[in-house]
Amino acid sequence: MSTTLNLTLQVWRQDGPDAAGRFETYQANNIPDDASFLEMLDVVNEDLIENGKVPIEFPHDCREGICGTCGVMINGRAHGQEKGTATCQLHMRKFNDGDTIAIEPWRAAAFPVVRDLVVDRSPMDAIIQAGGYITAPTGTGGDANDTPIPKEAADSAMDAAACIGCGACVAACPNSAAQLFTSAKVWHLNSLPQGQPERYKRAEAMVETMEQFFGSCTNHGECSEACPKEISLDFIAYMNRDYIKSKRFNRKLAGQG
Amino acid sequence: MLPDSKIPEGPLADKWDNHKFDIKLVNPANKRKFKVIVVGTGLAGSSAAATLAELGYEVDAFTFHDSPRRAHSIAAQGGINAAKNYRNDGDSVFRLFYDTIKGGDYRGREANTYRLAQVSVDIIDQMAAQGVPFAREYGGLLANRSFGGAQVSRTFYARGQTGQQLLLGAYQQMMAQVDAGKVTLHTRQEMLDLVTKDGEACGIVTRDLTTGEIKSHSAHAVVLATGGYGNVFYLSTNAMTCNVTAAWRAHRKGAYFANPCYTQIHPTCIPAADEFQSKLTLMSESLRNDGRIWVPRSPDEQRRARDIPEAERYYFLEEKYPAFGNLVPRDVASRNAKTVVDQGQGVGPLKNGVYLDFAAAIERDGLDKVWERYSNLFEMYERITGEDPRETPMRIYPATHYTMGGLWVDYNLMTSVPGLYACGEANFSDHGANRLGASALMQGLADGYFVLPYTIGDSLAGKLGTDPVSTDDEVFQAAEADVRGRIQKFLSIGGTKSPDYFHRELGKLVWNYIGMERDQNGLEKAISEIRALRDEFWKDLRVLGNTDTINSSLEKAGRVADFFELGELMARDALDREESCGGHFRSESQTEEGEALRDDDNFQHVSAWEWHDMDTPQTKHAEELIFEEVTPSQRSYK
Ligand SMILES: Cc1cc2nc3c(=O)[nH]c(=O)nc-3n(C[C@H](O)[C@H](O)[C@H](O)COP(=O)(O)OP(=O)(O)OC[C@H]3O[C@@H](n4cnc5c(N)ncnc54)[C@H](O)[C@@H]3O)c2cc1C
Ligand code: SF4
Ligand code: FES
Repeated sequence: MSTTLNLTLQVWRQDGPDAAGRFETYQANNIPDDASFLEMLDVVNEDLIENGKVPIEFPHDCREGICGTCGVMINGRAHGQEKGTATCQLHMRKFNDGDTIAIEPWRAAAFPVVRDLVVDRSPMDAIIQAGGYITAPTGTGGDANDTPIPKEAADSAMDAAACIGCGACVAACPNSAAQLFTSAKVWHLNSLPQGQPERYKRAEAMVETMEQFFGSCTNHGECSEACPKEISLDFIAYMNRDYIKSKRFNRKLAGQG
Repeated sequence: MLPDSKIPEGPLADKWDNHKFDIKLVNPANKRKFKVIVVGTGLAGSSAAATLAELGYEVDAFTFHDSPRRAHSIAAQGGINAAKNYRNDGDSVFRLFYDTIKGGDYRGREANTYRLAQVSVDIIDQMAAQGVPFAREYGGLLANRSFGGAQVSRTFYARGQTGQQLLLGAYQQMMAQVDAGKVTLHTRQEMLDLVTKDGEACGIVTRDLTTGEIKSHSAHAVVLATGGYGNVFYLSTNAMTCNVTAAWRAHRKGAYFANPCYTQIHPTCIPAADEFQSKLTLMSESLRNDGRIWVPRSPDEQRRARDIPEAERYYFLEEKYPAFGNLVPRDVASRNAKTVVDQGQGVGPLKNGVYLDFAAAIERDGLDKVWERYSNLFEMYERITGEDPRETPMRIYPATHYTMGGLWVDYNLMTSVPGLYACGEANFSDHGANRLGASALMQGLADGYFVLPYTIGDSLAGKLGTDPVSTDDEVFQAAEADVRGRIQKFLSIGGTKSPDYFHRELGKLVWNYIGMERDQNGLEKAISEIRALRDEFWKDLRVLGNTDTINSSLEKAGRVADFFELGELMARDALDREESCGGHFRSESQTEEGEALRDDDNFQHVSAWEWHDMDTPQTKHAEELIFEEVTPSQRSYK
């Protein structure tokens, strides 16, 4: 049988993008330890509504760690202390009765607060839009098995493609850099045969778009620590390599292999 | 009157080709003169928006999510079917078609289903070209698995994240068109009404979820790719924001709603841990390949699972269905689990689950093998429940997972409102009364990539030279006024209960009376109880906060209001269909062995419901299903 917890929450409340924010203190009582972190917030919200107070806005949707919508700073750590775990997958059994928990939105200049714990992450879409795709209009693909891909390469592409676009890497980074997110997509596509024709153009466009919004990477590694999918720092090195090459490489010669 | 379903003449295998030849085309130079609105950017919507834009149309794509990549399609785990026959195990377009029609218990259209099987092969080619990292063999070729009891290995997958990888592929393809200026993307915009003029779709009204701005958008055609309505059950495997509003608003503007009672209950979900849980987690059905399902014979059993001797365990599926055992179809597995739980034999603290036990598989194949196959699922289970499936059996229970019903569409995917189309889970078209595993992803992408982009030309061609209706037109003004009025209403009721409270209570009614097993008595009760609860909702709802900012209670209130009306229609549809078929089990209609008993003489049809007004129940239009290639047979898994 599950036991229950009584907690004190310090939650960032902010009425809108231009409003001043503040911490408010709430009690979360009788929370079953089988509940997830977001279910705990549901309970707090129901309580607030019952008492005529406007509930806390927090980002969430799938609640199974795949859509990348959720994400808050929990006691100063993006997605909380559990490794490889998105906020929605964090369970209350990882906390102790009597704990005080501080809950804040992602903090980054590129992610302005929309309200309370919800931020605007649209610059991540801008990076994808700049080149995070393979140009293959519908109907142009040949038979899928005409292009064999060594299993190791496909697996490595998949490791990178597993990124859920949550932005925790940016939130965890002292410089608010988006290298981990960007490199995950660059490596996913640049490592595959299908991605070769646009390889350097892609690296260049994505990196330069990223730099318009986000800070610079100084190799702290906090991003990978916070990442719910444990995306590897190696991808950043691969991306940098392709970016540098994109500046030197004469793309007219690319067909020569 | 039900519009013509436009099923082409000729032999089944030629219908789609003939149709593509017969329908009107829009010439390449003229395509840019047409504006198309696509609502929804999941698999169906993203693929449609990308392809329409590549063809040259001007596309406006809408999603209430903050990014298209968040659509619920992202959560699909298991895989996507395609009749590639890469395994050389006897698969073919005809076999995939046949399995799908049979799996749907002969309540789907032959022509649509055949076309789905035909284009399935192109989907895999397209997604591989997009860089989707499908699982591969050591030789570098694509891997497959058998899924959901299929007799052939035709399912393609990307680890346990197939939906994620496919959606990212379609999303990226669409973002390339955003970059090219052919798709205008509108995120965090919720469609709250469909606008029609002279009976034709001409646009939509949206609310900006961050600023509250209400805005009209007009186009030559509107495509709804807004997903399924499983969240009417409150507890489901759908993401929290999945809802029926877009489809329901269209229904109220004239689009017929087909087969709303066909919903799919998935057998392998993690049981709820407590009363206020709001979402259930699905685990891939592949677990049933190696897990054995059982409950203690005694309802009073107190021992840990491991300590219960074999003889005191009830392997109910293996005993009742020796041929298929734990791999019976989803509906059969789900219903039997519910029966044993209802009999008090359930396991877990709330006695609301059955065991799925890997001990035998571990003994047979070794822990390493089993771990290799299921590690991500085992970890997910442990994360949620705190229990290790290697030590103690998993606990599973059925939950709502997919909705086969949806907006009625013809062969062109056009609804009964001219100019309004529906794709993906939002339409009713391809799965009959039950859907095969790994076929929803296939259908969403088939519709969006390979069907709609061609068929939409048929109605657009006639509109060449016309401008979209102006958003200053009175039809838009009236729709905006309605939307504003509704929002004000929610904020002004000033009652005592949250939208979630009403959603939870509605969900209980839907689950208990319109869930896995229905009967006349329960369905009649459902109608009257849903109505009573709905009245209470409109009197006692409490929505706090303002409309000029994110306000998820306000969003939720609108969605729950529409779920009430849908729930009632589901009950009416289930009541009307006095037979059992696929996922719809009427207790009055079963074989002596307790299996679903179809009534082909009276119910071999699609039920398409027409909206009138709040005080007049919908009327039903029946579309007869004609089987030319296959002969409906009674399912038997004994
Ligand atoms: C947990 C889970 C696992 C699954 N696994 C599989 C599997 O392995 N294989 C398989 O084939 N199928 C699977 N399915 C089913 C499959 O994932 C879905 O049926 C399919 O992805 C639906 O795609 P869609 O594009 O139709 O809708 P969705 O992906 O649900 O997209 C709906 C879109 O519409 C938008 N939208 C909705 N309403 C509005 C509105 N009013 N205004 C603006 N935008 C709106 C949303 O923002 C979203 O972009 C699974 C489903 C679940 C729940
Ligand atoms: S790299 Fe990791 S932390 Fe960053 S967006 Fe992707 S999943 Fe989130
Ligand atoms: S809510 Fe989807 S990842 Fe957490």
